[in-house]
Amino acid sequence: MKSNEIIIAGFGGQGILFAGKVLAYTGLVNGYEISWLPSYGPEVRGGTANCHVIMSEGPVASPMITKPTALIAMNLPSLRKFENAVVPGGIILVDSSLIEEEVKRDDVTVVRIPATKMADDAGARKLANMIMTGAFVKATGCVDFDGLVKGVAKCVPAGKEAILEQNKKLLSMGYTYGE
Amino acid sequence: MAEKVLMKGNEALAEAAIQAGCRLFFGYPITPQTEVSAYMAKRMPKIGGTFLQAESEVSAINMVYGAAGAGARVMTSSSSPGISLKQEGISYIVGSDLPCVIVNIVRGGPGLGGIQPAQSDYFQAVKGGGHGDYHLIVLAPSSIQELVDITQEAFDIADQYRMPVMIMGDGMLGQMMEPVEFGAKEGRKLPEKTWAACGTDGKRERNIINSLYIEAADLEKLVLERYERYKEVEKNEVKWEEYMTEDAEYIIAAYGTIARVAKTAVHALREEGIKAGLIRPITLWPFPSAAFANAAETVKGFLSVEMSMGQMVEDVRLAVNGKKPVEFFGRTGGIVPTPDEICDAVRKMKEGK
Repeated sequence: MKSNEIIIAGFGGQGILFAGKVLAYTGLVNGYEISWLPSYGPEVRGGTANCHVIMSEGPVASPMITKPTALIAMNLPSLRKFENAVVPGGIILVDSSLIEEEVKRDDVTVVRIPATKMADDAGARKLANMIMTGAFVKATGCVDFDGLVKGVAKCVPAGKEAILEQNKKLLSMGYTYGE
Repeated sequence: MAEKVLMKGNEALAEAAIQAGCRLFFGYPITPQTEVSAYMAKRMPKIGGTFLQAESEVSAINMVYGAAGAGARVMTSSSSPGISLKQEGISYIVGSDLPCVIVNIVRGGPGLGGIQPAQSDYFQAVKGGGHGDYHLIVLAPSSIQELVDITQEAFDIADQYRMPVMIMGDGMLGQMMEPVEFGAKEGRKLPEKTWAACGTDGKRERNIINSLYIEAADLEKLVLERYERYKEVEKNEVKWEEYMTEDAEYIIAAYGTIARVAKTAVHALREEGIKAGLIRPITLWPFPSAAFANAAETVKGFLSVEMSMGQMVEDVRLAVNGKKPVEFFGRTGGIVPTPDEICDAVRKMKEGK
């Protein structure tokens, strides 16, 4: 039974929880069992944020992930906090425009993508999260791009087509990065 | 079937209550259940209901008391310190035989404690909390779909037995999102609320909502009647889930979200050849004692896993009644036990340490 157990982590304000929601809805509309668990606490803007998303072919047992199959790290503290937890053979995606340091593990797939710079260049700095999300979906093949688009459509309120289109564009930039 | 939507536990709970016909909500914000109030504040005015943020939890529970006395479907929700404040009102509601739904999204305690998930209010919910001889029906869902289904059922159960029902969750259940669907479930056939103080129209004797009985014999009679009803509840309403128990040698007892962490541990233990299973009480009162008593005939031991210093473990021990060892593993203060920690505790039990 295949289960994608994803930790997304970064600063508050980077859209960590939203990226998780996009992945959760993507899983839902593509037939996975899913759960989405945010970190919550006395957090402040600019502090750390993370969320746990499970996309599983069977029922989700613990929604709290201790052995992620994937880590999406959008700042250095997040990479350092979670990199050792990733299972061997798992995947770590890092926003290389914010994290210059190398991933210390040699038994996982590492994808470095300058998401914040790419988003900045596209005039949408706050959507680096979508670039990372697109790159994650491409790297794992958990769904195809159409499946991802169906998921993000569930996360943007009706009547905000411009925002949806921009999200799709950035997801696509992440999905096709390096091609 | 309706389309599945992703919802936070707190919001799903509020929507489920509304769909169950709850039109009155009295509360006071507290992390980690504030989204219940927020959702009610947004939705109630649009559907002809009332959301009221009281000046305190004490006030909110007494508004519930009044509304329940008038026969309305009413709910309040809070988290641990707020539930402590509500205890006097809860005891009065019980003493007046009124139905209502009370939600406790538990956080670490005692005192103001913390805001992370905990289960350290088990004793308070199950053994009393307020004064007097009484029970609450206590429901402990472990997924958001179950939370939705149980919330709709809770109002019916409360009305059927004329008693408060408490829904116990924790911060994790309140904050997480899972897919849910709101089915058009058929409710129970319920007796008319002939006892409600909702106006006589000059056609009947007035109803009085009261919990004061000065004559000892009167009070004893009333309490005895109430306990007859509790027997019915114990007969009809006990719910639990058994997971991989058929051939299990070691049974983990866990409720709420931690039961799901325990399921992950059950899988891991079975992979290394330890036959583990899970009994998950869904009703904490009435407690599924029979499930544990039955399992005690065949298994080697039990491990109660809780986000507390060990509270439900006492009920597991009472149910097992000395037939097999009952051990405990817990974390407290808002720390959630990991599957590895639970596996270690089961291994230790197996090795007789």
